[in-house]
Amino acid sequence: MTQSKKNVEEVNIIIDEVFLDKSIKKHGNFLIPILQDIQESYRYLPEEYLIKVAEKLQIPLINVYGVATFYQSFGLVPKGEHIITVCLGTACYIRGGTNMVDVLTKELNIKPGETTKDKKFTLETVHCLGCCAISPVMVIDDKIYGNLTRAKLRKILNRFRENEEKLK
Amino acid sequence: MPKIKIDGIEFDCPEYWTILDAAKFIGINIPTLCYHEGLSTWGGCRLCIVEIGKDINTKLVSSCTFPVQEGLYIRTASKKVIKARKMILELLIAQNPTAKVLQDLASKIGLNKIRFKPKWENCIYCGLCIRMCEEQMMAKAIGFVNRGNKLKITTPFDKNSEDCRRCGGCIYICPACTIRCEGSHPESVLCNGCYNILQPTCLDVHDNYSCWMGLEGECGICVTTSTNQKINEKKEI
Repeated sequence: MTQSKKNVEEVNIIIDEVFLDKSIKKHGNFLIPILQDIQESYRYLPEEYLIKVAEKLQIPLINVYGVATFYQSFGLVPKGEHIITVCLGTACYIRGGTNMVDVLTKELNIKPGETTKDKKFTLETVHCLGCCAISPVMVIDDKIYGNLTRAKLRKILNRFRENEEKLK
Repeated sequence: MPKIKIDGIEFDCPEYWTILDAAKFIGINIPTLCYHEGLSTWGGCRLCIVEIGKDINTKLVSSCTFPVQEGLYIRTASKKVIKARKMILELLIAQNPTAKVLQDLASKIGLNKIRFKPKWENCIYCGLCIRMCEEQMMAKAIGFVNRGNKLKITTPFDKNSEDCRRCGGCIYICPACTIRCEGSHPESVLCNGCYNILQPTCLDVHDNYSCWMGLEGECGICVTTSTNQKINEKKEI
């Protein structure tokens, strides 16, 4: 585990410049889109990157760090390959959103906001995804799964796991 | 030169002034916490609230950030203001009961109970240290990190910052963590050691701001039949 993590960090430092310059040019010195680019490609915001961004944009590091910790979509710890977001808004809560979280915590052995040890899944909760008609709702990798039941949820999870085994 | 009216006193003041500046100029005391003359205004602590507008259409605004306007009608010690200010101070003290600045203010305003569970934290998030670091020391080493109930003031990545010169400006200006009040104990969150027993005497006639308790005659001391008539007369005018 530790070895693979170290490798990732080493790669970061090498890719740094070209990727960052492109993104800065593209977004014209706006901080949040640049951080979003980094988050998208690395699934977290590495420390070296934040320092580099602050240097390039000529803003204090604390401002970059403040923005990076303020928004929930940014993370300073690596997230999993698949991000599972369960809705716990009013409608989903009433129709059993918490049960879905319970099933996921048991199946994946993690609490909301945590990542599995093999870095495959990250479990998150949100307050409303805006589609209460098909509650309870969950999103995995930008794909929406509605009208969930416990059995349905287990099926979806198993499908993801099978796919990964095939890839192996 | 906009013409404003504070607590019945009418005068002209420069356009760039805030309500707090104007109040200070004519000698009206408004309690402040996150305001400092050498730093930019922030309006975070909300202690300096005043009531603007006439009759029913009034609004509570923070006087340190609100610029003066033509014909502004301000009340700095109306019942609404004092009630709100007491509540704000109560919340601040519940956050950090050991701060001497807050306990002194409580004695001054006349706060006598805290209804909230004390948190015993060291910071009240007034942001003075951050502005001090940025504006006076030109370092920009500390700032707000996280949000909501996880909000805290630190350096990037919680490490020793390269920008920090260890000038100590943040500690110098902090109202909460440096000067401790030794009077407050866990049994009674409020110290009130400096509480002044000699209170001002009640007036015969009172209106919205001449009652020092902010009760507007509810205590029953100053309300007699004769004064009631006087109040009614005043209201008609």
